[in-house]
Amino acid sequence: MPSLKDLKNRIESVKNTRKITKAMQMVAAAKLRRAQDAAESARPYTERFNAVLGGLAASVGGSDSAPKLLSGTGSDQTHLLVVMTAERGLCGGFNSNIAKLARAKAEDLIAAGKTVKILTVGKKGRDAIKRDLGEHFIGHVDLTEVKRIGYENAQDIARDLLARFDNGEFDVATIFYAKFQNVVTQIPTAQQIIPAAFDAAEDEGATTLYDYEPSEEAILADLLPRGVATQIFAALLENGASEQGARMSAMDNATRNAGEMIDKLTIEFNRSRQAVITNELIEIISGAEAL
Amino acid sequence: MAQTMQFDLVSPERALASLQATSVQIPGADGDMTAMPDHAPTITTLRPGVLTVEGPDGTASYAVTGGFAEINAEGTSVLAEKAIATADITAEDIDALIATAKDAADTAAAENKDAAAKNLADMEALRAALNV
Repeated sequence: MPSLKDLKNRIESVKNTRKITKAMQMVAAAKLRRAQDAAESARPYTERFNAVLGGLAASVGGSDSAPKLLSGTGSDQTHLLVVMTAERGLCGGFNSNIAKLARAKAEDLIAAGKTVKILTVGKKGRDAIKRDLGEHFIGHVDLTEVKRIGYENAQDIARDLLARFDNGEFDVATIFYAKFQNVVTQIPTAQQIIPAAFDAAEDEGATTLYDYEPSEEAILADLLPRGVATQIFAALLENGASEQGARMSAMDNATRNAGEMIDKLTIEFNRSRQAVITNELIEIISGAEAL
Repeated sequence: MAQTMQFDLVSPERALASLQATSVQIPGADGDMTAMPDHAPTITTLRPGVLTVEGPDGTASYAVTGGFAEINAEGTSVLAEKAIATADITAEDIDALIATAKDAADTAAAENKDAAAKNLADMEALRAALNV
């Protein structure tokens, strides 16, 4: 049976924890709004871009001269998995869910006899992946210093990917990130970015016939590398919003749990205190009776 | 009143402008072009340069780097990799862009050398045009 003093200390410490988790929750809520705004304002660009690129890809895609970024290298032996996670922990299952999806995919590919290479973005994912799949690990992009994800960060990653692709280091690249659904739901997602995969172009019936300047092929060759950066940027922003959302709900749970624990401990404390008082009374009464 | 069309300028990070315009001057990869209402549907890539929008409310101009412009019946939309209103642009911004372009030109592989050098030249022309 813990002493009264022990219980009191316990209650104090849980109260402090609750203060911290409450503060973290509020910080995450503020950051979530910013992250959502950023994702929101990036959406028009991504949507337009993909619409144009999709249209171009559909018209050029079939020909033999289609760029490698679109048609692939002709083999799918080497897969590059780009695993994007957060730089920080304490956000519930966010990081481990992404890592789990990536690990499952990697194991599938290895079982099918493919070569797997893994590039990580975000410290937490690196730590999780390195433990099990260390020998497939080829690089890491550090964004610890980046306060606000900008398009430049995505461009840097894309440049690295494209250089590796040009060197023939891999045939297929897939990115892993969490899609933001709402504060409590983030969906770990795998998306193939090289060769570019488009959702079946919506048939609107009357697609406008465009003049292309310079040629269709030249535009496509110019846009495809940018498309990689755009997709990575969109994924990074989604991930940022998801991370804050996950952290917010994790910290909300933690705060609630701490509250419950405090209630429980307080009841225990009051009971022990009452027991001590009762004991003292019995001692006094029996002492008086003995006289 | 002159005819107008919808004009949108978006960069990856945010939408910069969405307004009615009577004409838009676009620095296309194959040369400048001016889009006015009822222009034939066109898609063109951009080179670094100055984009000028004329509308009923006056003229606005933006320095843009790569990207593309889409002109169709609904209007003109420009998707620029980087776009800054010329009024807000500083010498440092341009110098940073030129430094990046120079870097790319120096390190580019043989087959990309020409494109990178052209990009650099365009950037320098942009600086001259802006006169900052």
